[in-house]
Order: sequence, then C-alpha cells, then structure tokens
Amino acid sequence: MRVFYAVATLPFLLFFFASSALAVVEEYTPPPMTEGMYPCNNCHASMEVNRKKRELKEEHTDIKLHHAETMRWCLDCHDARNRDKLRLFNGELIKFTESYRLCGECHGPQYRDWRAGIHGKRTGYFTGSGKRTYFLCAHCHDPHEPKLKPLKPEPPPHRPKENHDAKSKP
Amino acid sequence: MRNRNHRRYTRREFLRNLSLTAVAGASLPILSSCSKEESEDFLQNHFREMTPEEKKRVIAKLEERYLQKYGRKFQISTQEAVPDTFWAYGLELSRCIGCRRCVYACVKENNHSRHDPQLQWIRVLRLKRGNLINLENSEHYYNPDLVPEKGFIYLPVQCQQCQEPPCVKVCPVHATWQEPDGIVVVDYNWCIGCRYCIAACPYKGRVFNWAEPNIPKEEINPSVHYLGNRPRMKCAVEKCTFCIQRVRQGRYPACVEACPTGTRKFGNLLDLNSEMRYIIDRKRVFRLKEDLGTEPKFYYFFEA
Amino acid sequence: MEKFRETLNETWHFYRRTLTLVAKGSKLYYAWCFSLLAIIVVGFLFYLKQHDVGLIATNMNDQVSWGLYIANFTYLVGTAAAAVLLVIPSYVYHFKPIKEIVVLGELFAASSIVMAILFVMVDLGRLDRFWHMIPFIGLMNFPQSLLAWDVLALNGYLFLNLLIPIYLLVKFYYRKEPNWKFILPFILLSIPMAVAIHTVTAFLYNGLPARPFWNASILAPRFLASAFCSGPAIIIIIFQIIRKVSTSKIEIEDEALFKISELIAYAMFLNLFLLSAEIFKEYYSQTVHIASFKYLFEGLHGHKQLVPWIWAAMTMNVTAFIIFLIPQTRKRITTLNLGCLLIIIGVWIEKGPGFVIPGFVPDPLGEIVQYLPNLLELMVSFGIWATGLLIFTLLMKVAIPIETGKFTHTQYEKEVIVSRPY
Repeated sequence: MRVFYAVATLPFLLFFFASSALAVVEEYTPPPMTEGMYPCNNCHASMEVNRKKRELKEEHTDIKLHHAETMRWCLDCHDARNRDKLRLFNGELIKFTESYRLCGECHGPQYRDWRAGIHGKRTGYFTGSGKRTYFLCAHCHDPHEPKLKPLKPEPPPHRPKENHDAKSKP
Repeated sequence: MRNRNHRRYTRREFLRNLSLTAVAGASLPILSSCSKEESEDFLQNHFREMTPEEKKRVIAKLEERYLQKYGRKFQISTQEAVPDTFWAYGLELSRCIGCRRCVYACVKENNHSRHDPQLQWIRVLRLKRGNLINLENSEHYYNPDLVPEKGFIYLPVQCQQCQEPPCVKVCPVHATWQEPDGIVVVDYNWCIGCRYCIAACPYKGRVFNWAEPNIPKEEINPSVHYLGNRPRMKCAVEKCTFCIQRVRQGRYPACVEACPTGTRKFGNLLDLNSEMRYIIDRKRVFRLKEDLGTEPKFYYFFEA
Repeated sequence: MEKFRETLNETWHFYRRTLTLVAKGSKLYYAWCFSLLAIIVVGFLFYLKQHDVGLIATNMNDQVSWGLYIANFTYLVGTAAAAVLLVIPSYVYHFKPIKEIVVLGELFAASSIVMAILFVMVDLGRLDRFWHMIPFIGLMNFPQSLLAWDVLALNGYLFLNLLIPIYLLVKFYYRKEPNWKFILPFILLSIPMAVAIHTVTAFLYNGLPARPFWNASILAPRFLASAFCSGPAIIIIIFQIIRKVSTSKIEIEDEALFKISELIAYAMFLNLFLLSAEIFKEYYSQTVHIASFKYLFEGLHGHKQLVPWIWAAMTMNVTAFIIFLIPQTRKRITTLNLGCLLIIIGVWIEKGPGFVIPGFVPDPLGEIVQYLPNLLELMVSFGIWATGLLIFTLLMKVAIPIETGKFTHTQYEKEVIVSRPY
C-alpha cells in the first residue's frame, strides 16, 4: 500500500524553480491509488457516514494504522463527508497534493525543516535552472505507518588482507 | 711485465663489461615495465601550471585513452570554482541508519576501483549508544540483516574538506591543494605516491590506489572532472571531492541523492538561503576532532 | 685548457687505479662481494614486480600505509647521523685515536644515507614522477612539507659526507696538504647537519596531529638519542672487522673504540630516560591516546603482534646499557661486541617497526589492522641493505690503502710513509 502511495505521489513531486525558495504548488491531476480506489467519492458519496471509532472489517482491511492510533482514527485526517479531501484542524479541506500541511499541523519542527530543505530529501540541481526534485512527506513516510522500515545494509568494505586475496568482485 | 699487464687488462675489461651490463640490465626492465601511458604522461606539468592550450591537449589525450580503454566517450570537465561558493556538508546523525547506500552511490559515481584494491571514499562507523568521540570502539565491518540495529548509532566519515588541511601541508610536491570553493583536490598525474598525506589525515579521508584500478566497463561514469572522478591510475592518492563534477554545475553530490533517510545535506555557506546556513544557524552542529585545528567543513548535527 | 686536460687525465688515471684496487682482493673479499651482488640481484628482481604491479604487491594497506621500507629508512637516517660522534672528537677535540678513522666513519655515513634514500625510492608509488620533487624543475613544497626538507637535508648531508672524505683522501693520495680553510667549514657544517637530518626526520612524524603516537615533542630528542646508540655501535663492529680482514695495516686503536662506546653509554641512558618519560605520561594520564602504546607493549583488544618484539628490544637495550655503563664490560672486546650487537638489533626494532607501525594502530577511525612485511618487502629490503654494504666495502677498499699510505700517486709509490698532513 505504501509503495502505491509513494509511486502515486511521484508526479506531484516535480517542481521547477529558478531559485531555492519554495514556490507555489501547481495544479496536478489527483493521485491514482489502488485500482479503482480514487476518486474515493465513487463509493463514499452514496454511503452513510459512521463517525464511530472502530476497526474496519469490510473494506480497507489492508491498512494498519500505526500513527497515534490510540488518540486518532481515519476520520480525524480524512474528511467524513468528502473522502477525496483531507481535513485540517480548523475544518479546512485540502487536496492530497497538499498533504504536507496536514502533517505539519502536528509535526511542526519537521515541517519547518522540510520547507527549508533540511528534513527529507532533495535531489537534482540546487541552484540554476536545472531540474530539482522535492519529496513530499508521503513519498518517504506511509501516512498510516510512517516509521521508516529497516533496510538490508550494503556489504561492508573488504578487510585489508582481502585486498590481496580477493579475486572476485564484492 | 706483459703478462701482468695482460692480466690486469682482462680483469678490468671484465669489470667494465659487467658493470655496463648491470646498468643496462637494470634499466631495461624498469623502462619496459613503464606502460605506454606512463611514458606519455612523464613530462606532464602540474595542473595549476598548465596553460589553457596544455589543458586542452591533456584533456584530448585523456579522452582518447579512456575511449580506448573503456569504450565510452568521456566528457572531462576542467570547470573552475564558481565565484562566491564555499561548499559545506551536513549530516544528521539522528537519521543515519548505516545502510551504506551512500558508499556505493559514491563508488558508482566516482569510478572507484571495485576490487584489488577496493577503494571507498566513505566509511560508515557503528558506535554503541553512549559513545561518540572515542572512535576506537567503532565497528567498520558490521553486516546484520537489517539496519538500524538497536543500541547503536552510525557515523559516516569521508574527507572533511578541512579549511586547514594537514594533507595539503605535508604533500612534498603540491599534488594536493585547496580550491577557492573550499574543495581539497588532487592532481592524480602529479602525485608521487609517497602516502605522507594518508599518514597526515585525521579522518582517513584519503585512500591509495595500490594497483591499477579495476572498474567494470558497464558501470563506468563518463561525465567526469579532471580533478574529481576521472578514472585514476595505480599508485596515486584519491579522496572525496564533494562530487566536484556535480556541485560546480549546481547539482547535489551522489551521496546526498542516494541516502534513503535524508540524512545528508549540502550547500553553499556563502548563500544565506542555503540549507547549510539554515543548519548551522538552528541546529546543534559539531565537527569531528575539532581539537586538532583542522577546521573541517563537514558538520554533524542531531535533530534540534 | 692544458690544465683542464691534465686534470682530466689525472682523474682518469686515478679512477683506473681505484678500479684495479677494487678488483683485486682476497678470496674472502670476492666471496663477500659476490654474495652481496646475489642478494642485490634478487632484491632488484622482486622490486621489478612491485614496480610492475604496484604497491599492492606489498602488505601495506590504507590503514597501515607505511611499513618495512619506511621503518628501515628511519633507522638508517639515524645511523648516518652517528658519524657526528666521530667528527666532533676528531676535529673539535683533536682526539688522536678517532682522528685516524674519522674519514672511514664519514664514508659509512654516506653509505647509510644512500641506503636511506634507496628505501624511500622503493617506497614511492610513482618513482617515475620522482622529478616532481626536485626544486625548480618540479614543484617542491618547501618550506611547508617536512618531506621536502628531508629531501634537501639528506642530499646535502650525503654531499658533505662524500665531499669531505674524498677531498681528504685525494689530497693524501697526492701527498698534498689539504686546504683547511676550504674544507674545515664543510667539516664543521656536517656537525649540525647530522643533528639536522635526524631532527627533520623526527619532525616529519612529529608534525602530524592525526597520529597521537608520533605527535609528541619528545620525538626529536628520542630519535637523536637512539641514533647516537645504533650508529656508533655499527661503526665499532665494522671497524673491528676492517681491522681483522684488511690487508693494509690500518691502525684502529682500541682506545678509539672505547671512547665511542663511552658515548654510546650516555646516548643509551638518554634514550631510556626519554622512553620512561613517555611511558609515564601515557600510563599516568590514561587518555585515549594511550591506545598505540598499549598496542605496542601489551596488545590492544587481543592484537599482540608487536609485543614480543618490543619487549625483546627493551631487554636488549637495557642489557646493552648496563654493559656499556660498567667500564670492565665496556673495555673488554667480547662484551663490547655483544653490547653493540644488542644495541643494533634492539634499536632497529624500537625505531623501525616498533615506531612506525604503532603510529598506524589504531588508525584515525579506530580500526586495528596488523601489519607484517611479506616476502617481497623482505627481499627488497635485504637487497638495499646489501647495496649499502657493497658500496661501503668498495669505498673501504679504496679508502684504507690511501689512509695507510699504500695507495698513493705513482711518484710517491716508492716511499711507504705513514705520515699525515694533519
């Protein structure tokens, strides 16, 4: 699920800048999520809104919430009436392409650092007119399970004596 | 009388012939074991003393040579430092998980020898939590199934591009120097291989090509800089150059782009809006072995 | 023009006669020279392999980047400096027994320096780029780089130690009085030069903040103290051999040897005292920097390769010191020779591998990599030692007959006078 999310938000990550200042987000098409998933209102527009905090048994069973799950649940972030939008604290509805605003409401320091380019990653050109790529929160962190997964490390360097014995590539 | 003269003559002749043969015999193998490249490069000037025409000639010669050796057309840049730039690096220690993706991205980008010898410019140390400064307790060869491991932190180290570089001070032939944009570079064709700089570096930033490098042809990176990632030769010293071929064009270094957790940061200290200025202004930065007075430009920091 | 041609003729004549001198000798001489030549050839062949493949043919690596070659270099610069212990008694104090052998001592210093330079040359990764280090032709980093200073100091000292003895010997060959106004300044210059070469070599290591084992102010005094032990010890042994095998009756008095050994006693005391000072500082303050000392004397995290070597060296040094301290053992030839052998080996261990290797263990990032020279390094090292010995032998083969008066210009050949112009 996380992979889809990451790949899906990729088209929205490409911004072209002449300077290093953060620019306005342009309009992009909504993210295609799992086949047949978006737009969410296809199903939810006709469904009754159930605001009771519960574990979902019929749909979205593959989503395990590990993100302040004792304090919040789905409808604290996803707007109850319009599932194609996310919901800020003050009730404002935002698009998925602006999801960082929602993350920043709780994660202030990371949000400020991300805007300056310290948190997260940027690749490409940091100056001049070359292509630069920013990564949104959701690109690295699955919003439902944001903690980064452990990775398999690349091999350690050859030990010094191996320099003389190893005939094969690492 | 004649007999004595004759004897002396023979012995002297013998000695003379022997010594001449010895000298010829000694020099021939040495001369013949000098490869064609070595004899071509023998009289090449120091990079900083080359005229622009000389530089062009050297670049052309290198392009020809790399084309023959690796079958790829190389773009060898000699781009000078961009004015008003002073590069610095930032590394957020709270985020490094020790996955070594940076090490191998660097290897690919900078055309390192892969084996016999294996050269890597970045080394990731694993330290037990509670311990940071005494690197004697570090582990270099950790190889668990998954990183990060509980109870450990990871510290990547590479050339710190010191402002007072001890390596530049000790090089007997000026083969290494600091460029105006702060990067310490090596003219690989000028280095005599004495390895004094390796002894002088407090960070193990410099490594040595103990033999002719082995770079697989299919993994070669043909966009190179003369002072940076062009394929090197045996018995010359090399080190991280902050990806000089990238940063002078305004691109992030390869290790910055490779890191999956966004640990690595890079920027121009003279640009008030750069990421590095932000970090130094707001985060608690420190540098390794600051007490040695080397003034490194590699800033480590922890989250807030 | 006439004078020039005449000088040229004379020089050629002299050269031909020295060749004859060198070519003729006893069976022992031939055996010695040919075995040395054999070792040299073997060493050279191994060096060719290293030149071809690169330094990967040695056991050095990024962590321990200097090994047996630089260890030998350090030791040999020290032994070369020891000639000063002969020069000072002869020319400053006019101590007659040593005055007779000082020229030979200076030639020994010259051979030692040649060996040291050869060791640096084989250690260089790119010998073909050697010209980069020549001032004005290349780009020498003077005065910042201590290696540049070392190149100048070593070559200058070699020049002095060839000029002075050759000048004096040639003058004596022609039965002419040396022009002391010309040569004495050079002789007196060689005294501070001897101290300088070894101080510069010490500073080479000393000036590296990255290596706390070397970054100690005590390094230069320790180097000089150990140099003044090892060099004269070699000289004592060599002169006894010369006294025995030389066909010319060269007078090397026991008095000279005993005086030199007395100087060794003082130098060894200084060496041991400075070593104890270092050990106290490290073991009492117990900072992180004790790591290299621990590696050397106790073993570090289970790595103990050098421990038996250094303790052997310590035992040898202390024993030798006692031998040299007590006049009875110092003045008896057998114990004197034993002491000399102990010092030669002990100081070699302490100043060669026991100094260079712990500087790299642990390396700046805390890694411990142990180093042991491989066959190639050993063979090349033997080859260079053999080269130095051969050069010294050939020089002695010419110098001693000149000194004793047996080899003089043809017009003086009839007289077999052992008189000296000084």
